[in-house]
Amino acid sequence: MKKYVAVDVYIDEDGALHPVCVHWDDGRRFEVQTVIEARRAASLKAGGTGIRYRCLICGQERFLYYEDPKWFVDVK
Amino acid sequence: MERRILHADFNGFYASVECLLHPELRESPVAVAGDPESRHGIILAKNEYAKKFKIKTGEAIWQARQKCPNLVVVKPTFGEYLKFSKLGRQIYSEYSDRVEAFGLDENWIDLTASTDDFEEAERIAEEIRFRIKDELGITVSIGLANNKIFAKLGSDMKKPDALTVITPDNYRDLVWNLPASDLLYVGRSTGAKLFQRGIVTIGDIAQTDPKLLKSWLGKGGLMLHSFANGLDSSEVMHTVDSNPIKSVGNGVTAPRDLVDNDDVRLTFMMLCESVSARLRNSGFRARTVQICVRDCELYWFVRQKKLDSPSFLTDELLKGAMELFMANYDWYRPIRSLTIAGCDLIPLDAPEQLTLFNDAQMRERRERAEYTIDGIRGRFGYNSVLRALMLTDKRIGLMNPKEEHIIFPVGYRA
Repeated sequence: MKKYVAVDVYIDEDGALHPVCVHWDDGRRFEVQTVIEARRAASLKAGGTGIRYRCLICGQERFLYYEDPKWFVDVK
Repeated sequence: MERRILHADFNGFYASVECLLHPELRESPVAVAGDPESRHGIILAKNEYAKKFKIKTGEAIWQARQKCPNLVVVKPTFGEYLKFSKLGRQIYSEYSDRVEAFGLDENWIDLTASTDDFEEAERIAEEIRFRIKDELGITVSIGLANNKIFAKLGSDMKKPDALTVITPDNYRDLVWNLPASDLLYVGRSTGAKLFQRGIVTIGDIAQTDPKLLKSWLGKGGLMLHSFANGLDSSEVMHTVDSNPIKSVGNGVTAPRDLVDNDDVRLTFMMLCESVSARLRNSGFRARTVQICVRDCELYWFVRQKKLDSPSFLTDELLKGAMELFMANYDWYRPIRSLTIAGCDLIPLDAPEQLTLFNDAQMRERRERAEYTIDGIRGRFGYNSVLRALMLTDKRIGLMNPKEEHIIFPVGYRA
């Protein structure tokens, strides 16, 4: 299922976006430890396409999608 | 040098995008269709499940429902289709500077300069096919050939998500057995003319004496002969960010059938207002006006004529459109939809030949008045200034086609 989330983003001098922290709607915050890869990809599960950030969050790999201008994740 | 041209065609484009965006629809037969309330209720695209029920693009929703009672019908979201169309073109543009769009869902890509041989082109075609699926979540069928016509036929042969390669060695087997109507420009009327003469397949066209074809079909016959033999030499256009505007047009399916000249005048007036505003917006005057009339049985025709002088004035476009209409329609049936376009465009600052019989100052004042109306509408909305005529039938007069999403088909050789 597609879930839009609030994201803190750092924009570098070249204009590239680096997600820093994901805010869940129950108030929890998840820090993005590392971005392993960023490229365009579709999410069949969530239903959409965007720049897919493969991130390490809480020690686990998770996908975070930037669907200009919103961010989404796929949840079960 | 032998060219290497791809034709990439998104499979069931609108329906594929809807199914991607709405995962819950994916296991059902889905069709995208216009709004039946405003009489746009025809099938625009369908997914693979719906295809199994033999649902066809262009048929009415009720016809489709008869074939498949469980059909899920969704309304089109054109903004999304434009986005996916653009994303697809971005991928194609990574492989060539020659990417030519043919509608929203089809593109030719010329790989001649970026590859050394057919094998390499085939590899790139496979890569594009994979990337479209992986990055956009929809599928594409691709044809690879040494000319645009065969590439397009190739993209139609295997669906969905497939590549067909047509070479000088195999085109007789692959292309010549196809029905003549599969060839670009063989429509209902040309198809019937060919059929009467025993020409049924593309191979038949290819093997008919071009002189005969010319005598039956005019110059178009020669073109079809070269298409069928893979001799079409037209180039894939260079990619440009915004295609040069060749015409500005607008059309509507009226909320009720139009039954007399007053109805037609009202509809044309409403369309002319939008076309003239868009001409000004784009910085053009039109030298030619063109109308397309479709009656309630869906028979249609196109007519055009030169204007006395290049114009973006609503009244002058309307006058031209009405003259064309009166000269070409005798009300054998009520009318369902009308389209008007200003073509043969020249920039606003192009020098203009004045005539003795036209009051240039008066025209200039009328042009200024139309700019003023644009300004008022820009600030206070379309309905803030209206012609009284528009109020005679509000359902027709108060449509605002300029802001409606209408996507026009494009010509192969515009």
